[in-house]
Amino acid sequence: MADLSTNFAGIQCPNPFWLASGPPANCGDQVMRAFDAGWGGAVWKTLGEPIVNVSSRYSSLDWNGQRMIGFNNIELITDRPLDLNLREITEVKKRYPRHAVIASLMVESKRESWHDIVHRSEDAGADGLELNFGCPHGMSERGMGSAVGQVPEYARLITEWVKEVARTPVLVKLTPNITDIRTVARAAKLGGADGLSAINTINSITSIDLDTFIPRPNVGGLSSHGGYCGPAVKPIALNMVQQIAADAESELPLSGIGGVSGWRDAAEFMLLGCGTVQVCTAAMHYGFRIVEDMLDGLSNWMDERGFRTIEDFRGLSVPRVTEWKHLDLNYKVVARIHAEKCIGCQLCYTACWDGAHQCIHLDRVSPGHRTPAQVEAEGKQKISVTPIPKLDSSSGGRVAEPWATPLARIPRVDEVECVGCNLCALVCPVEGCITMEQIDSGEPPRTWEQRMVSA
Amino acid sequence: MLPPNADIARLFPDLHPAFTAQEALVEANRCLYCFDAPCAEACPTHIDVPRFIKKISSGNLRGSATAILEANILGASCARVCPVKVLCEGSCVMHRYNKAPIEIGRLQRHAMDDFYSRGALLPLLPLKTQGGRVACIGAGPASLGCAAELRRNGFQVTIFDRNPFAGGLNTYGVAEYKLRPADSLREVELVRSLGVEIRNNVEIGVTISLEEIERSFNAIFIGAGLGYMEPLGIPGEELPGVVDALRFIADYKTSQLIPVGGTVAVIGGGNTAIDAANAAKRLGAHTVYIVYRRSRNEMPAFDFEYDHALREGIAFLWQVQATAILPDERGRAGSLECMRVELGAPDASGRRKPEILPGSQFRMKVDMVIPAIGQSRLLRLLGQVKGLELKGGTVAIDRATGRTGNPRYFAGGDCVNGGREVVDAVADGKRAAAGIAQYLESLHG
Repeated sequence: MADLSTNFAGIQCPNPFWLASGPPANCGDQVMRAFDAGWGGAVWKTLGEPIVNVSSRYSSLDWNGQRMIGFNNIELITDRPLDLNLREITEVKKRYPRHAVIASLMVESKRESWHDIVHRSEDAGADGLELNFGCPHGMSERGMGSAVGQVPEYARLITEWVKEVARTPVLVKLTPNITDIRTVARAAKLGGADGLSAINTINSITSIDLDTFIPRPNVGGLSSHGGYCGPAVKPIALNMVQQIAADAESELPLSGIGGVSGWRDAAEFMLLGCGTVQVCTAAMHYGFRIVEDMLDGLSNWMDERGFRTIEDFRGLSVPRVTEWKHLDLNYKVVARIHAEKCIGCQLCYTACWDGAHQCIHLDRVSPGHRTPAQVEAEGKQKISVTPIPKLDSSSGGRVAEPWATPLARIPRVDEVECVGCNLCALVCPVEGCITMEQIDSGEPPRTWEQRMVSA
Repeated sequence: MLPPNADIARLFPDLHPAFTAQEALVEANRCLYCFDAPCAEACPTHIDVPRFIKKISSGNLRGSATAILEANILGASCARVCPVKVLCEGSCVMHRYNKAPIEIGRLQRHAMDDFYSRGALLPLLPLKTQGGRVACIGAGPASLGCAAELRRNGFQVTIFDRNPFAGGLNTYGVAEYKLRPADSLREVELVRSLGVEIRNNVEIGVTISLEEIERSFNAIFIGAGLGYMEPLGIPGEELPGVVDALRFIADYKTSQLIPVGGTVAVIGGGNTAIDAANAAKRLGAHTVYIVYRRSRNEMPAFDFEYDHALREGIAFLWQVQATAILPDERGRAGSLECMRVELGAPDASGRRKPEILPGSQFRMKVDMVIPAIGQSRLLRLLGQVKGLELKGGTVAIDRATGRTGNPRYFAGGDCVNGGREVVDAVADGKRAAAGIAQYLESLHG
């Protein structure tokens, strides 16, 4: 049985699944219910001078009938009195001493203000601090959040102020709304940060109401750019996490954030170096109960792989990302269609013709070169009739169920022309129907860099 | 228009209820959007199914309806009456994916319902006017399909029909829980809105002679369907209480309600027999038997229609042949005399030949008998057309153009195919329209 207990930059917790700073970690009641459901830690909704929020606040990107593949918010930091939040932190820690409570902090850029909130948070019992240098909306207009996180000097200075007085580990939460996330990661490290959290939300406008022309979320006829998160941002987050993890000057304990919706996502962030992951949108979508499968799934996967602790696999994929110039130009794969699994949708065919290299053909039955337009025209010429058993005596009175894929509908790959791009395998709806097989190119490995040197 | 009948509406609710907008969206998004899709090929009118479904998922319902109507002007009735299990949905690749096929019929209905609820406005076509006038005989799906296609290509078309309402079997003959007369008639209005003239209550050879039509029109499309139900050819079938299936269905659909009760025997094993049996049950019969002389294996009705009949509580008497209908004391049909049947070697149709078992005679008490053993051929009308070639009582045509043995005559639908589906008739009409256009263009060179 895998051991999920975690020590992250000195913060102890039963498992690496934390609620990210956001609406699910807004008050003590929520955090306690989350701990009951199985969450290992919670980053409290950012503390600071109370603000006033707007209505409405959220919008989402829905895709093909799926809700909330991407999520956007224009909510600010906590709108509850600081004293109340601190009292609740004390209460939570009293009742859940083994779980991690991290105070997310954001105050105006004054040394005294930061010293004050650090003292008060730690006195309340927080196990660690997360400096919110990432919030991209509202607070940034007031010189806080991503306004700090986009200027390495500011980020370093405030980290130094915090470290002057902090007794608990200090994490810096980074904004992705910057050209190179490593510049701020390095500044935070120079400022003395004990860990990093990445990524915060991405500037976004999710959609526009085509009847009113008002973008969402609508606040009295106007909208404002928000922070984008949810499953759609995971690839962006993974890239930034990898950039930080592979950079010696940035390297610190890393808490992965960005579209983590299940244990697989968590495992991916960990393979790229993260020691914990933080979740918000998935908990907002399905509630705290989703952590049960995150724990169970990760634990089962680790058991199958023989990993006893997260440290056994953390970072294994970091060296598997390299610069393009180091890739082997002579490595070759081609698509193979496993005819017995093919359902005849021909999505690979049209994808290859229109989106790739025109090397998948429909010529198993009628040989000869035909374009997609010719294939479609032939279909329209066919005379089809409703099979009626009484009138169609050749069918023996019963209509056969035509459920075997006709050979004419099973595409064929021209392996000589195939460039191995993966597109057909990606569009194929059937698991394992199109596989990419390595073939011997007959050439020794050779990278672009080697080629340029020898040229 | 036919007045709506609340009792009928209550007794015959939609067999396949409409999707809500959200249901349609979820279902539309299941569609894989196959290239050169098998569903579109299986559809006799070749509706581009993935195209119209994609438009539902994108929220372009108007475009979806237009895409359907481009291929099939009776897209609304086909959405409800097509045996989709043996057509588009039967060919869906999802079967091979071990998943339920996309509910194409209900999605098509969703787009068409939206189209009609918004006033059935087709995009205005720049009407080129073509020389040549075309007459269509019969106002059923074949003629409507042919007329719409011709009209959209600029020809003048007049439809002649003997019934008070157009639409043919769509109006008079489809089970009410699949299609209501009002749904059929709004499609007729759509065809009329294209500029097609429809003349009802006109019977060829009675109200107007074929020669007169030949004088006034350059080409003639025969979409007259089939004739009255075949008689059983047994004693007693003229008794009150014996009503053939098409008459029975047309009567309840047009609110000429016949009281139904007690025990009803429907004779025959086709889809019409099942429609009539289900209707008799819903209209108040206590017990409904389908009396069929062959077995379940030879029954011509679709499997899903048979399953439906079982759910409606219809009882099947297999291998039983009705030999006489006997009157009761009031002189109405009171009992059915039957013989048991054994199945011998396959006959010309490939089905096992029924042979009556001597001495197996029995009687059953009935209150109504509904013969449903198929429709007769329109030999009288077809016999008037010079040069027309007949094959087993149906018109022989060139499949691709609908052309008959007489170069001015084209034909399609049940009078050609012996009685298939609405969608087959529309497809025949469409192909004949192309054939007619070609013929007229050759005349006017």
